[in-house]
Amino acid sequence: MSISFLIIAVLIVGGTAAAMSLRNPIHCVLTLSITFAGIAALFLQLGAEFVGLTQIMVYVGAVAILAVFAIMMTQSRRGLMLGTFSRNALVGLLTAVAVFSVLGWAVLSQPAAGVTRAVSPVSVQQIGSSLMHEYVLPLELIGLLLTAALIGAIVIAMDRKEDAE
Amino acid sequence: MTQTLDQVFVIFKHWLLGYVPAPVHGIASAVLSILPVMIVFPLLFAITTLLERKGLGRIQNRLGPNRTGPMGLWQPLADGIKSLTKEDIVPFTADHMVHFLAPVLLVVAAFLAYAVLPVGRNMVLVNLNAGVLFFFAVGSVVELAVFMAGWSSRSKYSMLGAMRAIAQMISYEVPLVLASVVVIMQAGSLSTVDIVERQATYTGIFPHWYVFTPWGFLGFVLFMIAATAESNRSPFDLPEGESEIIAGYYIEYSGFKFALFFLGEYLGMFATSGIAITLFLGGWSAPLSVLTSIPSWAWFFLKLLTLICIFIWVRGTLPRLRMDQLMNFAWEFILPMALFNMIVAGLWHFMHPGAVRWFVCAFLILVPMVVLSALLKRKKKLQLRTYSFAE
Repeated sequence: MSISFLIIAVLIVGGTAAAMSLRNPIHCVLTLSITFAGIAALFLQLGAEFVGLTQIMVYVGAVAILAVFAIMMTQSRRGLMLGTFSRNALVGLLTAVAVFSVLGWAVLSQPAAGVTRAVSPVSVQQIGSSLMHEYVLPLELIGLLLTAALIGAIVIAMDRKEDAE
Repeated sequence: MTQTLDQVFVIFKHWLLGYVPAPVHGIASAVLSILPVMIVFPLLFAITTLLERKGLGRIQNRLGPNRTGPMGLWQPLADGIKSLTKEDIVPFTADHMVHFLAPVLLVVAAFLAYAVLPVGRNMVLVNLNAGVLFFFAVGSVVELAVFMAGWSSRSKYSMLGAMRAIAQMISYEVPLVLASVVVIMQAGSLSTVDIVERQATYTGIFPHWYVFTPWGFLGFVLFMIAATAESNRSPFDLPEGESEIIAGYYIEYSGFKFALFFLGEYLGMFATSGIAITLFLGGWSAPLSVLTSIPSWAWFFLKLLTLICIFIWVRGTLPRLRMDQLMNFAWEFILPMALFNMIVAGLWHFMHPGAVRWFVCAFLILVPMVVLSALLKRKKKLQLRTYSFAE
């Protein structure tokens, strides 16, 4: 375990813990973006440049901004202070345990668990060519889905003057 | 001799590294690479502030700074001392932690962008496989810093300024990326070093810069327009406006933190100009093959200073846009043109080299441009402006 991995791990865990325990929702998003950046750093450390940089671009640059605006526009100026502990703590605990056990089971049942294998880093060119050849149909489908979502968003946001009259 | 002069900084670094004990070699090498960036670009910022005030003064028929030192040359130093000694006022209701972190994050993100900028032959901090992507990823972090500044001040003006700035940045990030996609398509690489090396070859005495192709020229123009908007400079400096939202998202900042915002903004401008040079203007390569004896880093900084002067010139001559004009311009004109440019670049790739290809591609760019602007103009319904209260 290298020093950089330790730093990144502390950032991720600390960011997530802060995002769960802080009272101001905007602070939660800001600390969560530390987690996003940490995960991106983890990807970069593993040699997955494309995924890591896309992670920063999409999550820190777009998702965090979106979350922050969503919180700001749906709440009063002072910001609603969330309680740290939910009333449904028991349900939350059960969900957390269930998710963790499934994840743990998946990781431990892997044949190569605990064994580090050297994987040659995937270049952006390889990703691009496999997207254009092997996975062209999923790519197009995602494009279609995103376009549909975009049109839907515009339709919702459009002011309907005819309806108001 | 020219070789030595070209690589003088690289040689100097290796000479210094020779005195460093082997165990800390890696760290020392990184520090020796980062330090010049941390010194040169803030110095360039100081020079630019003076150049800008002098240039704007010249354009507006006045003298500009002329009190500090000969011809006002010490003005940046005086500005620096002033901002350092000014009281740092934090609003009582402000979110102190976020308020403190916002300018820091902005400057860190601005500096990080220089990591992939080749300022000369063999003079790049890291030759990332996805260098251009890294640049845009780091650039998108700036939006978060702007939001933090605007929100943490707990002032309506700064909040509105931040929302304007973020809306503008997000809108213009799309054409910024799309305008550079053509270069990535042609170069077949995301590494900034590779892109420069593709352009640093010559036919006769003329270089293969992408700006000399029709799609490259259009891409460069679109990129520079989007870069102006990204760096919040006039005529797109909507997040600031003395008569409406005052200083925008950093209105509640004073003293050194304000200077940090100023620094971050200018560093961002330099970095975007640097990437424009890398993508379209051949990076550190000389404009004519007979001029290659002049060191590569000198060419880079010459090009950078030229672009900075153009930025200053544009700021001094063009009136600023309104918010809706700014948004419409991005989505209705720049974005379709950038998308069309990609098709032309693809066509360019598959046509035979020669004059025919050049003219066909230029024609294919000019026609949609004229048609699109005519369509937009018709929609505008231009008429003589009537004033309600000033008759």
